Amino acid sequence: MGGYFKEIFDGVHSLVTGMGVTLKYLFQPVVTEQYPYVAPTMPDRFRGHIELVGDEETGATKCIVCGMCQKACPSGCITVAGEKVEGVKGKVLTKYDLDFTKCSLCGICVESCKPGAITFSKEYNLAGLRKEAYIYDLKKRLEERKR
Amino acid sequence: MSEMACDKHKETFVLNMGPQHPATHGVLRVKLVMDGEYIVEAEPVLGYIHRMHEKMGENRTWAQFMPNMGRLDYLGALSYNHGYAAAVERAAGIAVPERAEYIRVMTVELNRISSHLLWMGAYLLDLGGFTPLLYAFDDREKILDMLERVTGSRLTYCYFRFGGLYNDVDDQFLAEAKGFVARLRSRLPMYHTLVTKNVILMQRLKGIGVIDADMCRRYGVTGPVARGSGLNYDVRKNEPYSVYPQFDFDVPVYTEGDSMARYMVRMDEIEQSLRIVEQAIDGLPDGPVMAEKVPKIVKPPKGDYYHAVEAARGSFGVRLVSNGTNTPYRMKLRSPTYSNLSLLAEVAKGVTVADAVAFMGSLDLVIPEIDR
Repeated sequence: MGGYFKEIFDGVHSLVTGMGVTLKYLFQPVVTEQYPYVAPTMPDRFRGHIELVGDEETGATKCIVCGMCQKACPSGCITVAGEKVEGVKGKVLTKYDLDFTKCSLCGICVESCKPGAITFSKEYNLAGLRKEAYIYDLKKRLEERKR
Repeated sequence: MSEMACDKHKETFVLNMGPQHPATHGVLRVKLVMDGEYIVEAEPVLGYIHRMHEKMGENRTWAQFMPNMGRLDYLGALSYNHGYAAAVERAAGIAVPERAEYIRVMTVELNRISSHLLWMGAYLLDLGGFTPLLYAFDDREKILDMLERVTGSRLTYCYFRFGGLYNDVDDQFLAEAKGFVARLRSRLPMYHTLVTKNVILMQRLKGIGVIDADMCRRYGVTGPVARGSGLNYDVRKNEPYSVYPQFDFDVPVYTEGDSMARYMVRMDEIEQSLRIVEQAIDGLPDGPVMAEKVPKIVKPPKGDYYHAVEAARGSFGVRLVSNGTNTPYRMKLRSPTYSNLSLLAEVAKGVTVADAVAFMGSLDLVIPEIDR
């Protein structure tokens, strides 16, 4: 019989001490990030989708159309094309498409890029209604940023 | 079992259990044959999120397979990174600088803590307690923020490279990690007051889902589940890899074999991981984080290689068969929860649905890892 009452007492005691913990938290400041009101800042190494880097002075792309990123991508989401232009050494970039629907944000492309022509963007609000919204024309985006 | 239920077709019915909504991250269906509230037969039905990871390994280069490792066990992805990187390094004979190994161990252990914290929160949620989840997530969030700064992602890490790391850690990370160790140490007693000593939790876990050591051996069970059944098996101690032999830590073992024992093993493991992280921060050597002579295109010589690591859920092994080209010939991934789940059919026989949930949760299942 004594064991029975002890069990009840211990049980109630454990519940009350547990409630004590939650009660203490009730009076502590909020730790949650108030997201839509306070936007988080992404750390430097945050891996968003890739973006072409513009030259600091001219704003032109650093891409030399070597195709290493296209080759390195495990999912095949990068399409690069270039053409020979007279008077310019090497190839000139004509197309840089990223199919973000396939991208898994691994960043192997950025590592493989010798001239440092691609980087990660810090964008994280990426919602859309159509698949086409995720086929990014990175060359066009670079030119738009230049303006 | 009632008398009527002896004839299966008369008094039993089939109940589907498990997270099985198409939009959930992990889809597992457990087909239960029920006699009233008691389970007569439990059959896990797998394959809903099978993504052919092993096959994918065969048609991409060794380095290109690395991001896949974050998609197996998305809660403890760094151990998987470690397992695969170490297997390829063993195959190709690449030596990793000591600083890189220290950082690997540090981040893997932090990841293990975050995984155990999430398990605790989600498990208690399964059992009907909502509050602990919020406290566990508060601590877990600190780890994710730290790792995000260093690795660039919060969940699907792809941080290790053959021969080292993608990036070095900075002083801020070390300071944060040190602060976190102190913070979680001070908070662990709170978890024990709130959860472990709670009478409802004890009533629901003690003596539920008892697994003995022999059964663990038969099913190939590893990790906290095996250690909760008295099996002192931890890959970090039994087949030491990386720089683990340099650290002083214990392997918590409980002999009861019930859900409570598995809970306690994980809670004690958090403490041990904190010890490892602390030692790794203090003893972090200087030097490069990437081996010097790593070939641009890794081509391990012909052969059959295996490397196992201790992931948050048990022993994770990678078996590589190389034919000397730049793609693996065969990539076999041994995941711990697949073996751990197979216990369910035997243990769930004759228990109530509520107890089956308490048992299944204590296995710490991550479904994408079962269906690779």
